[in-house]
Amino acid sequence: MIEVHKDNFDQEVLQADGLVVVDFWGPKCENCLALMPDFQRIAGLYADKAKFAKLDTSGNRRLAIAQKVLGLPVIAFYRGGEKIAELGPSECSAESIEAKVKELI
Amino acid sequence: MENLWDIIIVGGGPGGLAAAIYGARAKLKTLLIEKGKTGGQAATTWDMENYPGFAKGTTGPGLMQAFTDHATSFGAEIVRGEVVDIAAEEKTVTLKDGTKYHGRTLIFAPGAVPRTLGVPGEAALRGKGVSYCATCDADFFTDLDIVVLGNGDAAIEEGNHLTKFANSVTVIAIHDEGVLDAAPMLQERAFRNPKIKFIWNSTLQEIRGDGIVESVVLRNVKTNELTEMETNGVFIYVGTIPLTGFLKGKVNLDERGYIVTNEQMETNVDGVFGVGDARVTYLRQVITAAADGAVAAVAAEKYIIEEEGFKDSVLAEKRPVAVVFWTPMDSKCLEMMPSIESALSGFGNKIKTWKLDTYRNRRVAARYGVTQNPTIVFFHRGQVAARLVVTEITAAAIDDTLTPLLN
Repeated sequence: MIEVHKDNFDQEVLQADGLVVVDFWGPKCENCLALMPDFQRIAGLYADKAKFAKLDTSGNRRLAIAQKVLGLPVIAFYRGGEKIAELGPSECSAESIEAKVKELI
Repeated sequence: MENLWDIIIVGGGPGGLAAAIYGARAKLKTLLIEKGKTGGQAATTWDMENYPGFAKGTTGPGLMQAFTDHATSFGAEIVRGEVVDIAAEEKTVTLKDGTKYHGRTLIFAPGAVPRTLGVPGEAALRGKGVSYCATCDADFFTDLDIVVLGNGDAAIEEGNHLTKFANSVTVIAIHDEGVLDAAPMLQERAFRNPKIKFIWNSTLQEIRGDGIVESVVLRNVKTNELTEMETNGVFIYVGTIPLTGFLKGKVNLDERGYIVTNEQMETNVDGVFGVGDARVTYLRQVITAAADGAVAAVAAEKYIIEEEGFKDSVLAEKRPVAVVFWTPMDSKCLEMMPSIESALSGFGNKIKTWKLDTYRNRRVAARYGVTQNPTIVFFHRGQVAARLVVTEITAAAIDDTLTPLLN
């Protein structure tokens, strides 16, 4: 899994081919930390079908807000430079992420 | 039986973790099931300044990590999983992935989650400026203007915390000017904080924004007047709701869904306990949840010793069993015990004698209706065959009662 930040977000996410799944997280967000192992497991399962990335919002606040992320955790799905789907703080779970990945690949 | 544990704890907040510490330290095989990360709501509160002994420099997540390490250091096992079904009497819990665990006792510590307000825009803008967790999301609002809805401890405490990040924090409070429900110390701090403003007699009517929060509509509860106010974020602290949906119909809950227990944390089901914020209780803090956990673990240990000991030694016994309910604290008992023991020993190995301290085994004593000390209850093949209360006990009476049972 790659780490994305303000300097590589355009290249790795917006200009990438195919589906890109980004985990917006923060070190103070316990729910994010709890979700991380699931996200990593799902990333492993679908590594050949989509690109998985994580974004530490603590150093990339402006970027997160520009992506309309103001609460954590958020799993956002991008394709062709556009955000096509998103799971917000109340929707993120191992099951919902995997279901959305399956739906979009 | 597979996956059999002495204590199964559901929920890894301070209540569950304290129960795990006490259970594991008592050498009980202790399992804690947590659906996310341990720490519960306490891990979403950054400033933790009222847990005794940890004044300055302690954070909610930090304290909860210490609780977790403490529990595992004594051998408690922590697994990740969401409990979706339970059988209270059988003491089994089933996880979402189908895994089943069997316990000799169950301790439910499911905790609570912030209550949502249910106003238009709230659900759609969650994570887009609407938040219930300042610790999680405060960073995003650095130098921005935000509102906090609520006037209790959580609202005022988190409002103070948010001023470390935000340009301004406006607290929307429902009471008259100057009246808050929060603890006086928190109130004073908020009133002194130059970054905190208050709007009184008001509540939220709507949250507006295209993709992210742009404004809130406030309603004055006295005049019903509506005012729109621009803001970048809304933090909502209007109480909590217990996460007890999976317990509905399984253990007694009150009308709001909180677990009903007695002082030993016992629910209406034997060997099943409830602790922490999800319990009907006066105060919901880390310290009270932890205290609940300690009480429940000790009560669970006692339950195991009492119930299982009785089951194995008395109910499963093939020979007749004379169970002597007594207590060494009673002088009548002390006086009578030698003659009782001598009368019973006359039967040698044909019967079994089992002494039970009624003070330590109140549950068993109550079940068999023992109200006087001493009382001898004679069991045969798991059933009560006869009984002699204090005034009836003589060597001859013991002889007369036991002899027919020997055939």
